[in-house]
Amino acid sequence: MAEKTYRDAIREAMMEEMDRDTNVLIMGEDIGVYEGTFRITAGMLKKYGPRRVIDTPIAEAGMAGTAVGMAMLGLRPIVEMMTMNFAIVAADQILNHAAKVRYFSGGQVDVPMVIRGPQGAGVQLSAQHSQTFETFYGHFPGLAVVTPATPADAKGMLKTAIRGKDPVIFLESAALYGMKGEVPDDLDFTVPFGQSRVAREGSDVTIVSYGRMLQVSLIAAEKLSNDEGIEAEVIDLRSIRPLDLQPSYASVAKTHRAVVVQEQWKPFGAAAEIAASITEEMFDDLDAPVARVTGEDVPMPYARNLELLATPHEPQIIAAVKKVMYHD
Amino acid sequence: MAETTRTSATTIDSAACAPEWTEILRQMIFIRRFEEATEREFRRGKIGGYLHVYSGQEAVATGILSAIQKGDIVFSGYRDHAHALTLGADPCRVMAELFGKATGVSKGKGGSMHLFDAEHGFYGGYGIVGGHLTLATGAAYALRYQQTERIVVCYFGDGAMNIGSFHEAMNIAGLWGKQGMCPVLFVIENNGYAMGTSIERHSALTDLSARVRAYSIQAEKVDAQDVFAVRGVADRVIRQIRETGKPYCIEAVTYRFSGHGAADILQPYRTKDEVEEHRHRDPIMILRNRLREICGLSDDDVKKMEDDAGERAAQAVKFAEESPVPDPRELFTDVVAEHGPQPETES
Ligand SMILES: Cc1ncc(C[n+]2csc(CCOP(=O)(O)OP(=O)(O)O)c2C)c(N)n1
Ligand SMILES: [Mg+2]
Repeated sequence: MAEKTYRDAIREAMMEEMDRDTNVLIMGEDIGVYEGTFRITAGMLKKYGPRRVIDTPIAEAGMAGTAVGMAMLGLRPIVEMMTMNFAIVAADQILNHAAKVRYFSGGQVDVPMVIRGPQGAGVQLSAQHSQTFETFYGHFPGLAVVTPATPADAKGMLKTAIRGKDPVIFLESAALYGMKGEVPDDLDFTVPFGQSRVAREGSDVTIVSYGRMLQVSLIAAEKLSNDEGIEAEVIDLRSIRPLDLQPSYASVAKTHRAVVVQEQWKPFGAAAEIAASITEEMFDDLDAPVARVTGEDVPMPYARNLELLATPHEPQIIAAVKKVMYHD
Repeated sequence: MAETTRTSATTIDSAACAPEWTEILRQMIFIRRFEEATEREFRRGKIGGYLHVYSGQEAVATGILSAIQKGDIVFSGYRDHAHALTLGADPCRVMAELFGKATGVSKGKGGSMHLFDAEHGFYGGYGIVGGHLTLATGAAYALRYQQTERIVVCYFGDGAMNIGSFHEAMNIAGLWGKQGMCPVLFVIENNGYAMGTSIERHSALTDLSARVRAYSIQAEKVDAQDVFAVRGVADRVIRQIRETGKPYCIEAVTYRFSGHGAADILQPYRTKDEVEEHRHRDPIMILRNRLREICGLSDDDVKKMEDDAGERAAQAVKFAEESPVPDPRELFTDVVAEHGPQPETES
């Protein structure tokens, strides 16, 4: 174990896999000579050369689509999207091609590729640069969609993604890049998809989240404990597709109350899917309707005060917990 | 068209009488009979969805795919029956795919637009216009990265040249080609129309090869009703692609005799006279006449080919009809490799 940042964990995962398997390569905009917009790929061009660290033109569809072709022929491309906002331009390549070619070919090809990059609200990046995409991609069969919330998960899940056989949408939280945490040193340390975990134990209420909102939820849980004597159990989903809700159900069986927290818009969001599933499975155990904490239903504004109002923070989570506990 | 056609078939020598050409004629006739059978079966309600047939364009598939080698990879759009068949896909299994049967090349999960036969080098069959050009470009990179001599052939229509992924694929292929890392032959199947929109109405610059050259990719136009001409260009450029690892583009000027799809019955965008005129340049007729004149192919030989092709198409229909539909459990397979759909949760 060693303490590492989320950013370094991602880079290490890629480099260890590139050392291990020459079929792994990475492409993206300004990842080589420029060393990456967020410096995730710093030093990689020097070590692996331009055939394996490919600087592409500004062509998200081109990057994603060529990666599909590479993957079908046995390579394991990683595509870095400068931010996931730009991957919308490649939606056809990802959703119509990467996610479906295995199925419509009757299983004749593997598509081992990773599309990764930062997402989520930053500081005053406004409407086109602040979105999250787990709901968007989570809708589509044929993809895996993961949202690591810690440096260890970032590393372990990226390794799983690179070693897999299917396209993976690897959603990094830009706001967590500098976060530090213990990361196992073992070269074969991986974190499987579809296994959520209890991030904090508690007996009074269940908070279900993932990605950056998991960290916000943990802070809220500490406050609830200190200020109100409420012990929240916090579940980290880790991956959105495949989605493992068993630990959430087990927790609700104990607490009888649930709050689901996501960063982006409420309508048709991941939280709606999770809340509906908990209601379907655990209806008899629930003492209150499942609550959702989400961003406001508006494009992200620029002004800092408005931006802070648009995204969820600890107070909204605390308020939702009190509501499902009828403490207000 | 004539003055911009760079390769003509006037240079045929005795090589034209090689048995290979008889084979190509046989294949072209078979594709025609096969497609006629698919149209019949569509009308009988045996084939569902969209059906885009290849009649009139046979020289494009056969002229180029007869020039490639085993191990080469082919991508195509949705008008893909001829490409799969010419690569050696079993006609019975291709027809079964169109019938949505378990014995289909894609297990009945793809249909007409998504034929797929990796064993024979056919990597699909794509239904989003222009969407597969990037895949072909990436596949070409992979083949060089793996230090093979294999190449990729990527077919697309004139209409596909107006969508973003075409431009992204061309630019990336042009760039990677400069490092010898993109051995792909792009083939524009220029049949004059994107559904009902003629080239004059869909392309600001109507010289399609010039549009490809803008990406630093060599391109040339060929009269693709003449399979000799197509094959002549293909032999030369495929050798070059293999040697250099650079992309190349052939603009194959052709014509489709049937509607865009089986539902395109009225065809208000073109006149009967126009279609009739092009039927005088039927690629099968052109090759047949030449083999007759130069190599003494007899009417009997041709009749035998026709009968044989009809019989094979009928056999394919019979096989498809008699095949079982996919097992309901197939619904859930091939979604992903490692984790299937979410298991039902026990409460
Ligand atoms: C992105 C996209 N837009 C529209 C369509 C519907 N569509 C299917 S084929 C076609 C025309 C394509 O023409 P062309 O590329 O010239 O190929 P051809 O059919 O002539 O072989 C259109 C518009 C589609 N499949 N994909
Ligand atoms: Mg066309």
